[in-house]
Amino acid sequence: MSAAFNFMPVILWTDALIFALLAAVLVLVWLIRRQEHLRAPWRGVAQRPMAMGAALVLSVFVVIGLLDSLHYRAKLPDSPADAPQYSVEVLSVFDALVEGLRTRQEKTYSAPLAMQLYAKEFVQREGVTVRDYPRLQHGGAHLAHADERLPDIAGRALAGAAQGALAGLLVFAGLAVWQARRSQVSVGTWLAAWRGGRLGWPARTVVLMVTAMLMLGGALMQLAAGYHVFGTDKVGQDVLYISLKSIRTGLVIGTLTTLVTLPLAIGFGIAAGYFRGWVDDVIQYIYTVLNSIPGVLLIAAMILIVQVYIESNAALFDTAAARADIRLLALCLIMGVTSWTGLARLLRGESLKLRTLDYVEAARAFGVSHARIISRHIFPNVFHLVLIAMVLDFSGLVLAEAVLSYVGVGVDPSMYSWGNMINGARLELAREPVVWWQLVAAFAFMFTLVLAANLFADGVRDAFDPRLGGRL
Amino acid sequence: MTLLEVRDLVTDIGSARVVDGVSFRVAAGETYALLGESGCGKSMTALSLMRLLPDGGRVSSGAVELGGADVLGLPEREMRHVRGGQMAMIFQEPMLALNPVIRVGEQIGEALALHQNLAGQPARDAARALLDAVGVPDAARRLDTYPFELSGGLRQRVMIAMALAGQPRLLIADEPTTALDVTIQAQVLDVLRRLKDERQMGMLLITHDLGVVAENADRVGVMYAGELVEEGARDIFFAAPQHPYSRMLFEALPRPGDSGRLTTIPGQVPPLDGAMRGCRFAPRCPSAVARCRDEAPGWQTINGQQVRCHLAGTLPASNARAFAAHAHPTHAAQVLLQVDGLKVHFPIRRGFLQRTVGHVRAVDDVSLDIRAGRTLALVGESGCGKTTVGKALLRLIEPTAGSIVLGGETITAKNAPAMRRQAQMVFQDPFSSLNPRMRVADILLEGMDALGVGAASQRREAVMQLLNRVGLPDDAGGRYPHAFSGGQRQRIAIARALAVSPRLVICDEPTSALDVSVQAQILNLLKDLQDSLGLAYLFITHNLSVVDYLAHDVAVMYLGRIVEYGAAADVLRAPRHPYTLALVSAVPRIEAQSGPGIIRLAGDQPSPLNPPDGCHFNPRCPYASEICRQTYPDRTDLGNGHWVRCHWVAAQA
Amino acid sequence: MLAYILRRLLYAIPILIGVNLLTFALFFVVNTPDDMARLQLGAKHVTPEAIERWKAEHGYDKPLMLNAAATGSARLTDTIFFQHSAAMFVFEFGKGDDGRSIGNEIRTRMGPSLAIALPVFVIGLMVNVTFALLMVFFRATYLDLWGVVLCVVLMSISGLFYIIAGQYFIAKLWNLLPISGFAGGIDGIRFILLPVLVGVVAGIGGGARWYRTIFLEEIGKDYVRTARAKGLGEVRVLFRHVLKNGMIPILTGAVVVMPLLFMGSLITESFFGIPGLGSYTIDAIQAQDFAVVRAMVFLGSFLYIVGLILTDISYSLVDPRVRLQ
Repeated sequence: MSAAFNFMPVILWTDALIFALLAAVLVLVWLIRRQEHLRAPWRGVAQRPMAMGAALVLSVFVVIGLLDSLHYRAKLPDSPADAPQYSVEVLSVFDALVEGLRTRQEKTYSAPLAMQLYAKEFVQREGVTVRDYPRLQHGGAHLAHADERLPDIAGRALAGAAQGALAGLLVFAGLAVWQARRSQVSVGTWLAAWRGGRLGWPARTVVLMVTAMLMLGGALMQLAAGYHVFGTDKVGQDVLYISLKSIRTGLVIGTLTTLVTLPLAIGFGIAAGYFRGWVDDVIQYIYTVLNSIPGVLLIAAMILIVQVYIESNAALFDTAAARADIRLLALCLIMGVTSWTGLARLLRGESLKLRTLDYVEAARAFGVSHARIISRHIFPNVFHLVLIAMVLDFSGLVLAEAVLSYVGVGVDPSMYSWGNMINGARLELAREPVVWWQLVAAFAFMFTLVLAANLFADGVRDAFDPRLGGRL
Repeated sequence: MTLLEVRDLVTDIGSARVVDGVSFRVAAGETYALLGESGCGKSMTALSLMRLLPDGGRVSSGAVELGGADVLGLPEREMRHVRGGQMAMIFQEPMLALNPVIRVGEQIGEALALHQNLAGQPARDAARALLDAVGVPDAARRLDTYPFELSGGLRQRVMIAMALAGQPRLLIADEPTTALDVTIQAQVLDVLRRLKDERQMGMLLITHDLGVVAENADRVGVMYAGELVEEGARDIFFAAPQHPYSRMLFEALPRPGDSGRLTTIPGQVPPLDGAMRGCRFAPRCPSAVARCRDEAPGWQTINGQQVRCHLAGTLPASNARAFAAHAHPTHAAQVLLQVDGLKVHFPIRRGFLQRTVGHVRAVDDVSLDIRAGRTLALVGESGCGKTTVGKALLRLIEPTAGSIVLGGETITAKNAPAMRRQAQMVFQDPFSSLNPRMRVADILLEGMDALGVGAASQRREAVMQLLNRVGLPDDAGGRYPHAFSGGQRQRIAIARALAVSPRLVICDEPTSALDVSVQAQILNLLKDLQDSLGLAYLFITHNLSVVDYLAHDVAVMYLGRIVEYGAAADVLRAPRHPYTLALVSAVPRIEAQSGPGIIRLAGDQPSPLNPPDGCHFNPRCPYASEICRQTYPDRTDLGNGHWVRCHWVAAQA
Repeated sequence: MLAYILRRLLYAIPILIGVNLLTFALFFVVNTPDDMARLQLGAKHVTPEAIERWKAEHGYDKPLMLNAAATGSARLTDTIFFQHSAAMFVFEFGKGDDGRSIGNEIRTRMGPSLAIALPVFVIGLMVNVTFALLMVFFRATYLDLWGVVLCVVLMSISGLFYIIAGQYFIAKLWNLLPISGFAGGIDGIRFILLPVLVGVVAGIGGGARWYRTIFLEEIGKDYVRTARAKGLGEVRVLFRHVLKNGMIPILTGAVVVMPLLFMGSLITESFFGIPGLGSYTIDAIQAQDFAVVRAMVFLGSFLYIVGLILTDISYSLVDPRVRLQ
């Protein structure tokens, strides 16, 4: 079937899981929308400007991550139509969208927005060989003279920002008309309410955030068309491209790990708290053992095992991407297995409390089965804790990836990730002048994602935690 | 001489106006009671005086003068000398109100250091003297204890001692005895009364309990929805309350010997963050006229009483509730539940190998029976094991020994399902007894589904009938518990128990978390259900006036055992066991009580971990003799099914 | 109390056995000595003889659990399990791939690890508590709000960034402190300052924010109102009443990690060239030295369990309501 197309879709393990997760989230959203008591705290989240701003930033990351999860292999141009051959390189829809970034390679390091390489080389100039900084093949290649660089950069940045601002205004206008019509007021009234912050949701923050992000995106796009905005790395690849590609890795680690954690934590935690007795003893024993082993060491040991497995079963993986992907998946699994204990402990404590509550006693007085008591009385009443833990853990996991990659037990070295970027760039700090852009780019991207996640998590916690917010 | 004068006090918390234009005076040596149901603004009034409002709260206008000096205008630094030094406050829950990790002596010492500049040994002596003054036995040793090591009554005395440390001129007591057992409440109130007289303090007593007011206050102010609605001297107020709300509060109270329907106040206190129009009580007032809804009433003086009601004086004198004596149903009703020798012992494990070194005898040899369609009240103070009895009957706690026969069938672990269709339970706290994540209909269906009551197709129909039966609207089934008030939630809990058509309902303090007016609704409902469905109740409670209203028979429990048992009229009107005597006389009553039967108990109920030898009651019993300290008394039959376990009574008989 | 501690110690034994079995399974059963040898030798040199030689050198040429060939107790003792896993119970860790005694390494490297980890822990605790108290004192003001935002920002920054930025700016650009290294004695302080500073700063965000929540929870309790009603000033209320209660969860939470301070910090030590157990572990992971990794796993678990017991004891010391039995 795929012969009809110019590509062959590739579904990596993590791709499949990501889209399964996406489907699960969509189903959950649909369920929540129908239940007033589930919807109410989410409305609380939506009313917090900080949380909404963070959610917008997160959604940009998520969209990039999802686009980067639609993988394919391109058909080789000269392969015969009846027996098509495909490139071994696995690309994603995101790669196709930013093709320019991916393909415009230089020879080696170059500074952000530079038009020359970082290192001097012998170049032919007017027939003479001189040692100088050679011009880049792509970055600033349209410039005739070095003096034009700064005005050109400023011009592009301004033009991009202006385009972004325009797009922001259009979005705002569309929103105003739509919302005004929905609530059946005049656009003017709606705008007045918007300005006064009387809409019941942080519309000002949202509009300003969207506009700011569009302006930033516009400027980036304009600049990236002619320059390497974050410079290039050792092999001349655009650092902006690498940073963007790393988003998917960060998101996969943050989300799939929790996916592994949840069933373990929920099952063991609730069972221990609800049944007590020997069930509790056994579960507590398991998690004390797991907890007592230093996390990094456990992860290291298991990753080494996976590595051995991959190397001795090389035939199972047809591409380098598939190999890297299985290691990523293994990392998520392992981190999940080592990190469920905290949440399990929390759920155990909560279940211990809940099982003595009168409504559980009332259910027992009717002879309701344990399975039903847990599913109807215990689980729904600890779910907010699960949710809070999930969003809080996310940022910690993203940060942990960098550390693990540094130790050498993180993602595959061939994989794009912020940890690998930092690890690769760390040694270059000793150079003179310093190659700083890789580090800064990796840290900046990681910081943005983690900060947004943390702020969003704060909003979720405030809205869901009955001790802080109102009664649910 | 006026000590405290409050004029037009207005307090806001966020957008809610919790105190609205309250004015009153307290004289030195006088007790002024602020009376009202929960949420009416009494505590907020007190906290406004102390300037201790919670975050987001502020006094918006009004004046507070203490001994002629303006309190609200003081800078915070000087206000600190007033707090504790001029006016002190004691709070409702002494366990929470004392710092758990600081020794009692130090906590008192802090106040002494602040207001009397005492430190070191003199401070310690003064603290001990204070503890002596509030009647803490063995005061010197108690100084070095932590609050958790003390009983509730002692903790509240420590609270009082701490408040007295600054020698305040005004003492504010915010529900000081609500969290205490009735015999302890009587002790603490005695202490407060005595100290007020000795020190000529003014006292602002905040309470919801008319009985406490009647026994302690000189003057009374009734609050409703943030306003004072009536004010006057105690005797006049109790003789003829003028405001319809005050009157309904009286009528909602169960009276001894009366089993007529209680008056209930329909509706709820209006939310305080909305605009108010007209009289705040008008929507719930049976006598309201059009004017009440449009125009806020001003103060009127009637017979020396201040009242805020358009109709005051024109309403007929307190419409006397018809006094209906208890109907005496035929004794022929068959025995529904028969419990014999019920024991629930919890093992205590200690030491290296966690061996069982002893047992907490929470329930120790309890026998009782309940006839179909009748109510047995199980009465006792907290920790006496009455709730454990209820739960053991339903096998929510596995009994250690004893037999339970329900409807002629002996209940064992195996045939528990059969029992569950016949007996159900209603819990105390309507907030924790309903799962907040389940719709009301699902809550009601749960029992029917689990026990397979009726055809599945008819259960939805049954839910509607149940809702009607307990007086809830038809659409209640689709909503979640948080949409309902405390009283409505308790109705849901009752409906849940009724869903499987039981013949016996165990009611565990079903009204103790509710306001008086709501309590009346629930009591009426329980009574109606008993009449129409022929239910039997095991009514577990510490509230004797409720027992009087509802119960046919009464069992009094003390430390895991029943000490007196008999028909309600006999036990409550002519108690024989010294403990029952004390219990009955400790209840604060509106009517003046007299007679030789008044006993004030000393000390606390001992721990069931280590009950006293002989009769468990002997250390507190004024009539204890040598034999009481040696052997546990046998039953002494007094005829008509009335019996006690008491050597003293046995000697008299 | 003594009986309690004894019981807890006995309870620790099955946990250590569990840890031991788990690591044994991971390192010898799932990942057989043959695999290890292959990994160590690299793809080029893998021959059956080389593998056997490697195994013999490391003592991995014995049967796993049961030596059928041997007689008597040797059936059990002359095995990989007994000699490499069970031996750890008496802290007999054997030798690493570099031939040096792991036990010796641990003893000499604990000092440097502690020299960094202990100051970070103690100073960090004090700084975090101070920050948290300040935020609580100014609660519901903009100072508090921005304090919390600052905390969130600080905790959103990767720990690696603090180290790299610290080394780059303080050591390289401004030449204030040496970039890395370690020395004993008074002279060594200049090497310690930077890693300690970095460690403390990196912990402020999460720590101060967490402690603030604890203090805020305490400040909402009734006894605080009582203390105010006595006439105590806000500072006294905060320092005497709130701090005393709030420090209970904080201190006991800190006690559990105290024994683990011996293990040092993996990243900090390796960046700053501290010859402690952290960098030892990292080197072992990167060199895939299984014997060392196994030893560190066991040591870490042991210290963690000691921490658990100390936590319980500290509870009974700081909280009068807790009695051990």
